[in-house]
Amino acid sequence: MKSEPSVRETLPEGLTPDRLRDMYYFMILTRLCDDRGFALNRQGKIPFAATCQGHEAIQVAAAFALRRGTDWIVPYYRDTCMALSFGVTPREQLMCLFARKADVFSSGRQFPNHYSVPDRNIASISSIIAAHVTHAVGMALAHKMRKQDAVVLTSFGEGSTSEGEWHEALNFAGIHKLPIVFLCENNEYAISVPQSMQMAVKNVADRAVAYGLPGVICDGTDPIASYVTVREAVDRARAGGGATLVEAKCYRAMSHTTDDNQLTYRTPDEIEAVKKRDPVPRFEAWLADRGYINESAAADLKTRALAEVNEATDWAEMQPSPTPEDLYTHVYAEGPLS
Amino acid sequence: MAVKNLLEAVRETLHDALARDDRVFILGEDVGARGNVFLITKDFLEEFGRDRILDTPLAEASIIGVAIGAAMAGLRPIAEIQFADFIYPAYSQIVGEAAKIRYRSAGGNTCPLVIRTPYGGGVGGALSHSVSIEALFYHVPGLKVLAPSTPSDAKGLLNAAIDDEDPVLFLEHKKTYRSIKGEVPDGKHTVPIGKADIARPGRDLSVITYGLMRHFAVQAAEELIKDGIDVEVLDLRSIRPMDRDAILTTATKTRKVLIVHEDNKFGGVGAEISAIIAEEALFELDAPVRRLCGPDVPAMGYSKVYEEAFMPSPERIAAAMRDLAAF
Repeated sequence: MKSEPSVRETLPEGLTPDRLRDMYYFMILTRLCDDRGFALNRQGKIPFAATCQGHEAIQVAAAFALRRGTDWIVPYYRDTCMALSFGVTPREQLMCLFARKADVFSSGRQFPNHYSVPDRNIASISSIIAAHVTHAVGMALAHKMRKQDAVVLTSFGEGSTSEGEWHEALNFAGIHKLPIVFLCENNEYAISVPQSMQMAVKNVADRAVAYGLPGVICDGTDPIASYVTVREAVDRARAGGGATLVEAKCYRAMSHTTDDNQLTYRTPDEIEAVKKRDPVPRFEAWLADRGYINESAAADLKTRALAEVNEATDWAEMQPSPTPEDLYTHVYAEGPLS
Repeated sequence: MAVKNLLEAVRETLHDALARDDRVFILGEDVGARGNVFLITKDFLEEFGRDRILDTPLAEASIIGVAIGAAMAGLRPIAEIQFADFIYPAYSQIVGEAAKIRYRSAGGNTCPLVIRTPYGGGVGGALSHSVSIEALFYHVPGLKVLAPSTPSDAKGLLNAAIDDEDPVLFLEHKKTYRSIKGEVPDGKHTVPIGKADIARPGRDLSVITYGLMRHFAVQAAEELIKDGIDVEVLDLRSIRPMDRDAILTTATKTRKVLIVHEDNKFGGVGAEISAIIAEEALFELDAPVRRLCGPDVPAMGYSKVYEEAFMPSPERIAAAMRDLAAF
């Protein structure tokens, strides 16, 4: 496989060979978790899983462009790679797939990938599309009011940009020059509805002008190009320059979730074509071409990732489910009230 | 202790909360230079600055959504919806998000948020400035819904709401803003959420109500006592959580219950009150539970005729009381 002609030969600020290998590791770790979710569903062991295949590059890049421990992410349900790259562990990922009581995100209450890890600066989201985007703005407002040096990154698909609340969020952030990055992972489909039925504009980024924000586009399947783009937006936000709308063009390699069948709205040819753009082997080839990784080092990383995911799967499967009594916890601070 | 109207009590409470705690801030439409459409936040902008008295774009969903995010980040936002009728675009944020954040994150995230909004009729508010919204929200676990009727309770419950760790919808009846006056304790007066108040003790029958109707019910009760009918008036103050003990205590004491609210009858707060009584005190009653409520039409309307026909009045409440007393 050939490397991308567009990528830079010198590493951008903030990336080192070690960090590149870490990025690659999170991409393969995510792929294994993703496949494991679908396999466990087909085995009848878990009720549901979503996929991020095709989104790994932009997600790992976004996580690496942020300052861990300072910045916050308010991701959406397709952000497995962003979450794993921002501190979520494989055990935590598998615990949410199995809906275990000790699942840190929601104690088995939410669908998988609805992250909430306050100690790693990941905020809770629901499944209501774009509802979290205004929350991210509120968090950025709080950081600005408290003069904290923190940037918020929130992500969503292109379908989210049809929601009124999405527009309200960008408008608010534009008025107050908030330290936030709006990241659209444009995979061209909202479940089955293509972008052409979602908006009349060619690019989601075109919408930024309405809110006084820069709107930039990157190849979301290229980790380096994605990193450079998101990093610039993060730096602008941190420096007081306000929000940016980043549109990462990527694609969804699989059905929306385990409950969807993409063959009802996509042709096999289209699916084959997008699989050829798989960001994971392409990044491995790019690293190998530049001598950042060799075959045995890549094999070692894959072995390590597989061992981690296997261990996490076995461990999570053994953990207890919630009890019926757990239904009544965390309703109010005081407990359930009539 | 000074005599204030309900609006002044709300204003003083907001002012003191802003002065006391720099995590508290107000956001909403026209809360800044205009000082809120009822002048509740008048002069706050000069005193507390643009960051803490935040005029938002005219977009209710993001008023609440932004407030939720700020609350999750550790602040204590007080969001204002200019009129309760305008809250519908924010319904998803209040019901689908704020009320579920603690639960959905198993306590990992919380949402200590106060949403204030003026509601109710009697002030010529026409179709879209007069609605009662409590029934649309009191059904929702995770949310608290308060409807104080006196200046003292407005202060006490608003302080409790600001201190609360969960989202609170704080309903202010527009008609009470300037027409209802009373003594308001100085300092940080608080009233516990979930406790009803006996507005008037009585022996012969109970009226269970809240908001403006508390005052109408007490007024009607003062008429009935002239005829020797002694009515107890219970003001819920807190719609959710609801004071079941107080409801059952008054129901079993007088053995006759009339529920009065301005909100539409069908599926209203009165339906839950009567279900609580039916489940736990049916055989203590001497008469069926009765409800005097707003009629089941979409709104009260602009014409004074519509408004008067819609709203329970002291006279109609008195008539319903007499009818029940005679049962």
